[in-house]
Amino acid sequence: MAWEDDWRRVRAIAKKDLTTELRAKAGFNGVASLAVTILILLGLALGPDADALRNAAVGAVWLATLFSGVLAFNRSFQVELESGALEPLLLYPGPRWTIFAGKLLANFTFVSLMVAIVMAAGIVLFGITIPARWPMILAVVALGVVGLVVLGTFYASMASRSRAREVLLPLLLFPMLVPVLLAATTASKALLGADLMHEAGAWTRLLIGYDLVFLIATFIAFEHVIEA
Amino acid sequence: MARLLARAPLRAPHSMYNGQPDQAIDARGIGRRFGIRWVLRGVTFGVGRGEVAALLGPNGSGKSTVLRILGTLLRPNAGTATVNGRDIVAQAASVRGQVGYLAHTPGLYDDLTARENLLFAADMLGLPHASVDGNLARVGLGEVAGSRVRGFSAGMQRRLALARLIMRSPSVLLLDEPYANLDENGVELMNSVIRDVIASGGAALLALHELAPARAILDRTLTLIEGRIATTNSERAVRERASLATV
Repeated sequence: MAWEDDWRRVRAIAKKDLTTELRAKAGFNGVASLAVTILILLGLALGPDADALRNAAVGAVWLATLFSGVLAFNRSFQVELESGALEPLLLYPGPRWTIFAGKLLANFTFVSLMVAIVMAAGIVLFGITIPARWPMILAVVALGVVGLVVLGTFYASMASRSRAREVLLPLLLFPMLVPVLLAATTASKALLGADLMHEAGAWTRLLIGYDLVFLIATFIAFEHVIEA
Repeated sequence: MARLLARAPLRAPHSMYNGQPDQAIDARGIGRRFGIRWVLRGVTFGVGRGEVAALLGPNGSGKSTVLRILGTLLRPNAGTATVNGRDIVAQAASVRGQVGYLAHTPGLYDDLTARENLLFAADMLGLPHASVDGNLARVGLGEVAGSRVRGFSAGMQRRLALARLIMRSPSVLLLDEPYANLDENGVELMNSVIRDVIASGGAALLALHELAPARAILDRTLTLIEGRIATTNSERAVRERASLATV
């Protein structure tokens, strides 16, 4: 069955990426530490005002995720390039979208774990009370992570062949992530409060639409981007 | 004369062998540029089934580029090529399933063990995991199967890359400096792998700096100079003459 072969390849790439990341010294620990450090610095910059901290908490968590996520995306293709493993990877039979899907799955797992740590740190540092509608907030966070990971992985593949990839990736990625950041922070904020204006639903729908459009577009475009 | 020789395939390009085209590799007028610099300017040659050909030439002459184009890793800017009768651009996916390409760098994952590297290859190729240990033993890495590749010497990494290549069961080998970092046993191992592919009706194209390790298996050399095939020589004829003289 072709889809079983494709799914096996996707799992193999995701497993390989996660294993190498967990074994690399500068892997998950480094990226998660950076995210928490950014959160602490933002907290210090905002000062001791408890209300100001609570108001800024959602934005701070998303920004910390975004900045540290860029490191993770860069690494996902750096591993292939460091040892010249990208060419053998491209030479395996089967559709190339499976490579993208495998990287996507690995990055989604990686960033989700990181977000869990950042959110826990944010709750403690910014004094957030967990609301009754926490499953809705988790859904919004998951949608935001999907948007971040889809675009992050795609632009990392695009920048991977450039010598200036560390600089190029944020330059390409950050402007594209504005709608994700805006929708995710506004929906999360609304759900953390009373959502008197019923904003959360509209922003969540925008997030779903954005994720779907870019999920399809990046899968189609990946084959052309990864070709030399 | 040299150009005429370069253009003349050993066998007729459209004849068939066991239902397959007689020419395993058929390159016609391949051109490739990087930026404004043309590295290949109309490379034309053929490699027949059961034939081992070597691409020679100075650094920067385009040997690796030819192999990467035939391996579907680069698209040519001009010309066409087929591998086992399949177009390398229009039928790239099919070509990828038939070639075994070995690059300068082994392309292994340093933080995975030798076995894990091959298990990953097995998953990507849809092969049973049971095939891995036999391949590791064949290249002499059975005892270090559980060690991370980061600690391997360049020669051991080359052997592991060779084991991964064997797993693909390729019918056309594209080998870029295949003997680099290999000891005497490694050279013999590489040659035995090439012989096996040839014996099963395959073909091999090797990019070489040094001809000596490949002398025993080579049929023909093609010299690439300034992006064109400048000369072709039959190594087989030289060997046959040498053996006759010995007799």
